[in-house]
Amino acid sequence: MQRFEFLGRFARNRGALVGACLILVVALMAVFASVFFPTDPLRIVGLPELWPGEDPEFPLGTDSLGRDILSMIVHGARATLLIGLFASAVATIIGVGVGAVAGYFGGWVDEVAMRAAELFQTIPNLIFVLTIVVILGSTLTNIVIAIGIVSWTPIARMTRAEFLSLRDREFVQACRSMGMSDFRIIVSEILPNALPPVIVLSSLVVAGAILFESAVSFLGLGDPNVASWGRLVGDGRQLIRSSWYICAIPGIAIMITVLCLNLVGDGLNDALNPKLRDR
Amino acid sequence: MSLLSLRDVRVQFNTAGGVVRAVNGVSLDLAVGETLGLVGESGCGKSTLGKAIMKLVPVTGGEILVEGVDIAPLDRDQLTDMRRKVQMIFQDPYGSLNPRSTVGRSVAQPLVLAGWKADATAERVETLLRWVGLPSDAKQRYPHEFSGGQRQRIGIARALALSPRLIICDEPVSALDVSVRAQVINLLEDLKSQFGVSYLFISHDLSVVEHIADRVAVMYLGMLFEVGGRDQIWKSPQHPYTRALLAAAPIANPRLARARQRAVLQGELPSPLDPPPGCPFNSRCPMAQDRCRVEKPVLRPVANGAQAACHFV
Repeated sequence: MQRFEFLGRFARNRGALVGACLILVVALMAVFASVFFPTDPLRIVGLPELWPGEDPEFPLGTDSLGRDILSMIVHGARATLLIGLFASAVATIIGVGVGAVAGYFGGWVDEVAMRAAELFQTIPNLIFVLTIVVILGSTLTNIVIAIGIVSWTPIARMTRAEFLSLRDREFVQACRSMGMSDFRIIVSEILPNALPPVIVLSSLVVAGAILFESAVSFLGLGDPNVASWGRLVGDGRQLIRSSWYICAIPGIAIMITVLCLNLVGDGLNDALNPKLRDR
Repeated sequence: MSLLSLRDVRVQFNTAGGVVRAVNGVSLDLAVGETLGLVGESGCGKSTLGKAIMKLVPVTGGEILVEGVDIAPLDRDQLTDMRRKVQMIFQDPYGSLNPRSTVGRSVAQPLVLAGWKADATAERVETLLRWVGLPSDAKQRYPHEFSGGQRQRIGIARALALSPRLIICDEPVSALDVSVRAQVINLLEDLKSQFGVSYLFISHDLSVVEHIADRVAVMYLGMLFEVGGRDQIWKSPQHPYTRALLAAAPIANPRLARARQRAVLQGELPSPLDPPPGCPFNSRCPMAQDRCRVEKPVLRPVANGAQAACHFV
């Protein structure tokens, strides 16, 4: 019953509904990429630099080497979404862990955790990501970890704020008076109540992570074995004056996906914080 | 042996503004099967005292004896035995239940923590819900589906789960509508006669305390001013603060209300950061003299058979 209420509230936000539908399309594309385009997207299949519509076999044209852009976009959706999701998961796990401990225990634990968060915040994010990737090597895993490491601080702050407001509630005191362990109070009592705003933030971190990955790939530091959208933009950048569509098409894909993720984040915010929904 | 004995219990908080002595040397006894009403103004430390007994706030001094065992120095792992004997009911029926837990899960929590098996727990939860007058389908539902009075019943069921000897009721009816207050109070009284549980009933509502308590303790700025039987205190209050407190309570009968002596207190409760020296009541007491500003009174037997902490009664 509560589920349906939640869906109803989410669907009331039109933008969020549209965003969710488009994300779903991108996700389906990612899942069924090898069904639509069974061959390796990085294989040369036609003439180079065919403009979109020029050859009906390649509706989005081909790049400078004669690879099918549509195939690369569809396969790239998989890499891009996976990077976004996993990076957001890494950031959420670190952020929730640090924020929960800091907010629940307070005192010097809180001080140490928040100073650490500030330390991470003072380093420019993109430079930090690039540094980690350069040091650890350009593999998908390292890029995901690097993006997670720079994105956890807002989640930690949000979680900490929620824990601060929840930890002295009477239901937590009741658990304490029963002798429940701190770990159990944090995980099974406070966390479910603290999660809704954190979920919203995590969905926005997915969008941010996609942008980070695109930037890393654009600069040529992405995983060379993965055709993410950012890499497609990067590959096309030498031809931007003649065949600008090579950059523009994956760019538009990134833009739409990030926009949709933000819309979904807004919708989640409205649906999970019903008190604020009629602002 | 009394069920609960407090010996010179102290609770201090170090705040940015200085040290707050929220509970400043309280000694008290609670017998088996007794309801002790703890009354006082907001901020006098009565809730802190209740939480100190539950070890929810750090006890900085004194002894808290539960059936003769001092629990003040024990740490969490050693308190299991005491948790079975002493439970708490909280003030806010909206805040005391986890909004994302079903009622069944909330009520079962003390049992699960005590290591009960799943089927025994489920059976016990059914029984508990029946005792407090809730339908048995309540356990699959969430707290927001219940009214304030019903939620307080859920809290009572949770407190009863392990058959405690003593329940600390921290303003259990203050947040409820007057119409459901009586139901909850009657439930508490029924449970008492059924299971022989004792209550430490913390409240600022004198009419409720008059109804439910066998004995009454009056607290002011972290110390006890008067302790005695309910009738002793209501019929002939000795301490000037108790007199003022009772005089401030509204009376339904206007003729009696007009006839009674007015002893209205001047001013506010002094800041607990900076209590007056000597008797903490000297800044507001109509009987205050020089001695009160120097010497702190202690509880001693007085005329009505109760004990009071005042130099002049």
